[in-house]
Amino acid sequence: MNMVLIIIGMAIVTYIPRVLPLTVLEGKELPPFFQGVLKNIPYAVLGALIFPGILFIQPDDIWFGIAGAAAAFILAFLGADVMIVVLGAIAFLSVYMLMGG
Amino acid sequence: MQMAAVSEQKSGFKAGIKAGISIAVGYLPVALTFGLLAKTTGLTLFESVLMSLLVFAGAAQYISLSLIAAGAGAAVIIFNTFIVNIRHFLMSASLNEKMEPETRAKKSLYAFGLTDETFTVIATREGKTTTGFALGVMLIAYGSWVVNTGIGHVIGASLPEFLQQAMSIALYAMFVGLLVPSLKKEMKVAYLAGLAAVLNSMFTLTGLLDTGWAIAASTLISAMAVEVLTGLRKGAALK
Repeated sequence: MNMVLIIIGMAIVTYIPRVLPLTVLEGKELPPFFQGVLKNIPYAVLGALIFPGILFIQPDDIWFGIAGAAAAFILAFLGADVMIVVLGAIAFLSVYMLMGG
Repeated sequence: MQMAAVSEQKSGFKAGIKAGISIAVGYLPVALTFGLLAKTTGLTLFESVLMSLLVFAGAAQYISLSLIAAGAGAAVIIFNTFIVNIRHFLMSASLNEKMEPETRAKKSLYAFGLTDETFTVIATREGKTTTGFALGVMLIAYGSWVVNTGIGHVIGASLPEFLQQAMSIALYAMFVGLLVPSLKKEMKVAYLAGLAAVLNSMFTLTGLLDTGWAIAASTLISAMAVEVLTGLRKGAALK
């Protein structure tokens, strides 16, 4: 029962940052500078979500992450759909491992 | 008329489901392992699935398991959950600029589905995004997260070792797949992602900040710095 209460507490504090800006700012026109900053966030956050994490998906073998990152970047650069980038990177790393990399 | 119907469909619920499939694939190994770890930490199947159902936040859920295993109290676990998810303030505010106008009730509903992954998929689309599209992306991601948590707990194992390892690239590959097309179009995107990547690497590798704070700080600093610099350049061009 105690565990259920902890989970409910976790659920509430996780929901607060998700819901507040979306509802409080609805219909509000922010100053242009802040609008610009908010529009920049998706691309900045992608940079932070990719690096350095992608290099350490196998903490003991940095080359594994580098190989996977290279595969994903090349596929994406060639214009592949996101799903193909994901499946291609998985396939590439599967082969990399089966080859004993 | 027909054109309108087609474009409606492209940006609606079904299109959202389709765009969210890569998240569902990426969540598969992460959720299976979460279910497995939750079981070994002593959580029942009900508690494990309930956590994924109500919290729906990977990093926070993993951290809660290590805190539970270490015997931490409820207040510590809940406080850490809040800290790890503080970055969602930024994403929620940014998403608000992206979404079509909508009632606060519906926005409160889809706000629940905001994760790093659903946010990046929705926010990197061109133009305004519909509520239906956001719901589609979130629903399939959520389904994968909850169902695979249950499966991981029940079968008590994750994928075969090599597949589990290969699939650990999935979410990162998705982020790359979302970033690169914009990168090719606009130099500004390269500055934004590059600066945030360097800052986040500095913050985490030096141990200066924990992951949650590091992502929030590097994102905000990069987004503001690039905005100031592009503003200055425009100002200079006007003179």
